[in-house]
Amino acid sequence: MNLRRDVFQAIADPTRRAILLLLASQSMTAGTIAANFNTARPTVSKHLQILTECELLDQEQNGREIYYHINAKKMKEVADFIEPFRSIWDDRFNKLEAVMKNYRSKNAE
Amino acid sequence: MEQKTKIHAEDGKQELMIIREFDLPLELLFKAYTEAEIVEQWMGTKVLKLENKAHGSYQFETSDARGNVVFRANGAIHGFSPNQKITRTFEMENASFGVQLEVLKFEKLTNETSKLTIHTIFESVALRDQMLALPFAQGINMAHNRLQNIVMDRFATKIPGR
Repeated sequence: MNLRRDVFQAIADPTRRAILLLLASQSMTAGTIAANFNTARPTVSKHLQILTECELLDQEQNGREIYYHINAKKMKEVADFIEPFRSIWDDRFNKLEAVMKNYRSKNAE
Repeated sequence: MEQKTKIHAEDGKQELMIIREFDLPLELLFKAYTEAEIVEQWMGTKVLKLENKAHGSYQFETSDARGNVVFRANGAIHGFSPNQKITRTFEMENASFGVQLEVLKFEKLTNETSKLTIHTIFESVALRDQMLALPFAQGINMAHNRLQNIVMDRFATKIPGR
């Protein structure tokens, strides 16, 4: 039960969702993943650790490198394909809310 | 983190519901849908036409930095009740999603909060699922593009004389 709640927390973060989408196309090392973000390397490592602990990612040793790949079975359990669609509408409505709050304060002056 | 926007899309149905509660009085939420210059701000698109009345119509258009039109959509407004309901069609031009029927319901929750429910009906279950999956596919494509850029950068640095 605890694990399940952690998984939902894991996918609530936009950077972690971006990592999952990135890894949806192929497995990568931590360095390659970090190169895709403007975030500091240790921050990306922390995200990877959380995703791995939730079993959303698997690690695989290949020589000296550790590759991360998506645990598709777990992904399907928690993150259906509707999430990116929902996220687009959420962003759009957040913007609507901000625009109208701004409009309101301007018209109140 | 609370998810403010909720999507209901039951398996095998050609409809979906988008539900959102706003920290805005009902009148302001409704205004966000009816004033062209406000729609432009939050939708990020140009409003070519927006006639808020029964049997009116609307048209949106988005261009890229070079001025090429990348998105155009239009629809007919079937019903219009201020601060309550808008019934309209929506169709993306030059796309394969068919036409959608949208029923937008606006409700007052408190003096300072309101709720929007968008009920969208598609031509078929397959078209609904295609629309739902599009952002997921785009996300993966963006990941692909970023990947390709990394590969290209590495390749470029290996070419002597560059």
